[in-house]
Amino acid sequence: MHDKTIAELSAALQAGEFSALELTQHLLARIEARNGDVNAFITVTPELALEAAKAADAARARGEAGPLTGIPIAHKDLFCTDGVRTSCGSKMLDNFISPYDATVVERLKVAGTVMLGKTNMDEFAMGSSNETSYYGPAKNPWDPQRVPGGSSGGSAAAVAARLVPGVTGSDTGGSIRQPAALCGISGLKPTYGRVSRYGMVAFASSLDQGGPMARNAEDLALLLNAMAGFDPKDSTCIDRPVPDYTARLAASIKGLKIGLPKEYFSEGLDADVAKVIDAAIEEFRRLGAEFKEVSLPNVKLSVPAYYVIAPAEASSNLSRYDGVRFGYRCENPRDLEDMYKRSRGEGFGAEVKRRILVGTYALSAGYYDAYYRKAQQVRRLIREDFVKAFAEVDMLLGPTTPDVAFRLGEMVDDPVRMYLTDVYTIAVNLAGLPAMSIPAGFAKGMPVGLQLIGRDFDEARLLNAAHKYQQVTDWHNACPPGFE
Amino acid sequence: MEWETVIGLEVHVQLLTRSKIFSGASTAYGAEPNTQACAVDLGLPGVLPVLNEEAVRMAVKFGLAIGAEVAPRSVFARKNYFYPDLPKGYQISQYELPIVARGHLDIDLEDGTTKRIGITRAHLEEDAGKSLHEDFAGMTGIDLNRAGTPLLEIVSEPDLRSAKEAVAYLKKLHSLVMYLEICDGNMQEGSFRCDANVSVRRKGDPKFGTRVEIKNVNSFRFVERAINYEVERQIELLESGGKVVQETRLYDANRDETRSMRTKEEANDYRYFPDPDLLPVVVDAELLARVRETLPELPDAKRQRFMEEYGLNQYDATVLTATRELADYYEHVVRESGGLAKPAANWVMVELAGALNKSGLELRDSPVTPQMLGQLLKRIQDGTISGKIAKEVFEAMWNGEGEPDEIIEKRGLKQVTDVAAIEALVDQVIAANPAQVEQYRAGKDKVLGFFVGQVMKASGGKANPAQLNELLRKKLGPAGG
Repeated sequence: MHDKTIAELSAALQAGEFSALELTQHLLARIEARNGDVNAFITVTPELALEAAKAADAARARGEAGPLTGIPIAHKDLFCTDGVRTSCGSKMLDNFISPYDATVVERLKVAGTVMLGKTNMDEFAMGSSNETSYYGPAKNPWDPQRVPGGSSGGSAAAVAARLVPGVTGSDTGGSIRQPAALCGISGLKPTYGRVSRYGMVAFASSLDQGGPMARNAEDLALLLNAMAGFDPKDSTCIDRPVPDYTARLAASIKGLKIGLPKEYFSEGLDADVAKVIDAAIEEFRRLGAEFKEVSLPNVKLSVPAYYVIAPAEASSNLSRYDGVRFGYRCENPRDLEDMYKRSRGEGFGAEVKRRILVGTYALSAGYYDAYYRKAQQVRRLIREDFVKAFAEVDMLLGPTTPDVAFRLGEMVDDPVRMYLTDVYTIAVNLAGLPAMSIPAGFAKGMPVGLQLIGRDFDEARLLNAAHKYQQVTDWHNACPPGFE
Repeated sequence: MEWETVIGLEVHVQLLTRSKIFSGASTAYGAEPNTQACAVDLGLPGVLPVLNEEAVRMAVKFGLAIGAEVAPRSVFARKNYFYPDLPKGYQISQYELPIVARGHLDIDLEDGTTKRIGITRAHLEEDAGKSLHEDFAGMTGIDLNRAGTPLLEIVSEPDLRSAKEAVAYLKKLHSLVMYLEICDGNMQEGSFRCDANVSVRRKGDPKFGTRVEIKNVNSFRFVERAINYEVERQIELLESGGKVVQETRLYDANRDETRSMRTKEEANDYRYFPDPDLLPVVVDAELLARVRETLPELPDAKRQRFMEEYGLNQYDATVLTATRELADYYEHVVRESGGLAKPAANWVMVELAGALNKSGLELRDSPVTPQMLGQLLKRIQDGTISGKIAKEVFEAMWNGEGEPDEIIEKRGLKQVTDVAAIEALVDQVIAANPAQVEQYRAGKDKVLGFFVGQVMKASGGKANPAQLNELLRKKLGPAGG
């Protein structure tokens, strides 16, 4: 059962091949047996899962089943889950049991999904390798010596290892797309405002966007159907009708105009990865797509701009972790200041502290104009680059990452080098656009991700293009050895 | 050496919305600690603020009332600092782009002139919670019921030149926000709080002196005392060769002094930046028009109208328009009495105000309604009762004995206007007091009062005073030789 996609499981459940309870029991057992190999889950919730599975079977018996009824999923551990620990991969929230459900969690619950647990992640979503997790790094199922990417590394590893068919992730600078690419699965970062952020623990509010991760585009469409939509609890969520993302999946992409940003194919791109992307371009050409080179001249500024804006917002967003109301509090504080300093000093890991310091500095009196304001100006320029490109083409295509998954520990002492691995994904968050990563082949034995970037709210077109590609390729079905 | 005082005030006005500025929790005062704080107010991981539109409308209303510019687009910013009763570690406020800018308020000075005080800006923000240092031996309790209550911070220009002017400005502002029904004005409960920026300079010096901020002076009296203390302290300091340090000081009402809280060097760097969780606040022409329609007649305009329409002097008009409630009450009495504007003013300002004062009641709790008072004035006017008897009726109304006519009837207080009856009493009194008759006729005009009093007494106060006077003069004949 674990080798099936969500769409296949949905059909099998409907056909009565097995029950949601059986499916859930099977996957819980598989997690029990195999999670140790990849460390994809921080928390597994068998009681809740079995209860939800029974409820799903009962709903089906009443004739009330939807496409996601009984489908097992897992949530990245920054989505608040009522009554279940929501740790954000941090010692700071190791003891935090959320008293409420995030909107995404609630919607997927209403759609009938069965939550198996919470997935591993970089601490507060800050990282590209999952190595900053308080719970130890998740590992890449394709090679346990390598990182699964981050920050939604546990989510990507869980899907790749066939522990769960679909998961939620969040993407601030590439945190869905990069781990999807590195683990050989599909991931979609929706347009900023398409999916509610309510209950998704904030890293950088103006960049964070939740989205689905699964084996293929069709599954992403099924999940996005349930996740997307206006939420009055999130002021930045946009009130705009949600199309059925599965409706246009099979439409022809003949005549689709795809732009190739030349900056995404320049130095820094690994030659083997480049070959995989070139092959994918040929595949799309055969499907009838037309290609055109475009330029995004300001994209080169996206990493520095991002590393001002994201830490600035984070430094403020993470101020609430002060040991006063919830989360970690140091032992025997001498006074208030001691409580603040030690609770935060002991509760946060090194990368989180580094970003809080950077962000605090960028917002400080006398530096604000030079850093934060300037970064926001750059951000507008980057957005304009995309707007111009989309005047000529329908979507953009390029690699998701400059190289395949690196080795655990390889970059921990060189944060800037690690930051640069997100060079192709970050600009999309700064511009607020939808983008996805899908498996496009292998380089050095590791999966390579292909990135598609769309216009605002053009998720359906991205999913259509990805689905058509996946109809004629098999990369998305490749399973890491030992996890068949 | 002559010194000039320069004062600017920052007033925090708690807006009268039912729910908080960024959450659905109630803003009602006095609930059990932490029972009116929802997930958003607690700053739980993952929660997001959603702006209360009512708070925006109230800020716009204030902006229109002070002739200010209402920004078509204003922006919420985060003010970052750590404090246990500040759940998120930042306060959502407005910084670079406030919703209201460049307005003014005219205040009355003691010499009878008015002075225009500039209002630099007014911005929306959320209140923090409360730290409770008592009752928790060695620990601090946190009550987050107040966290997220909407505030309008109103910042004046440094246009005020004395503590008295500062108080006049505050009273005017206090009256205005209550007129606008955007604040309950309750200073004890902290609905109207004031910080004062005070500096002194030598008369004629174009430059301002170093200013000191006095925090949380929460009654008109304390504002005056705190400023006077601070001005004296600064002058003494400067005259003895010292320098004023820019700092924040706290007023201690018990000791009537200000004490240093923190200097500029110790001040926080708040690291303001636009709150990415909230969209810019857009106030379009339509919203402006809708809010403008809800603007009541403002205190200055009402006072002017009272002077013109009711012939009141400036003092009476000022007193009667001090609150919207009192002005409404007064106008109601005038209508009910059939237009007896001046008597109505006297009765409201003297009898009613006195009774309220004595009993400690608020106007809204007055047992004497405007209908009752208006009817009473009518009965004086039509001669049913005298002014003196009316006071008795008023007291009876105050004690809940009923409508004026009912009381007059029940107590038999109707004036005697039957000439024959009064004549009989007059005759009796004249016959009983021959000596006084002699005096009167000898030219002691004042003795007439004696006769009036005697007859009145004999009538039980019910004789019509005008009729009585006339009869007495007729019977006694012309005074004087």
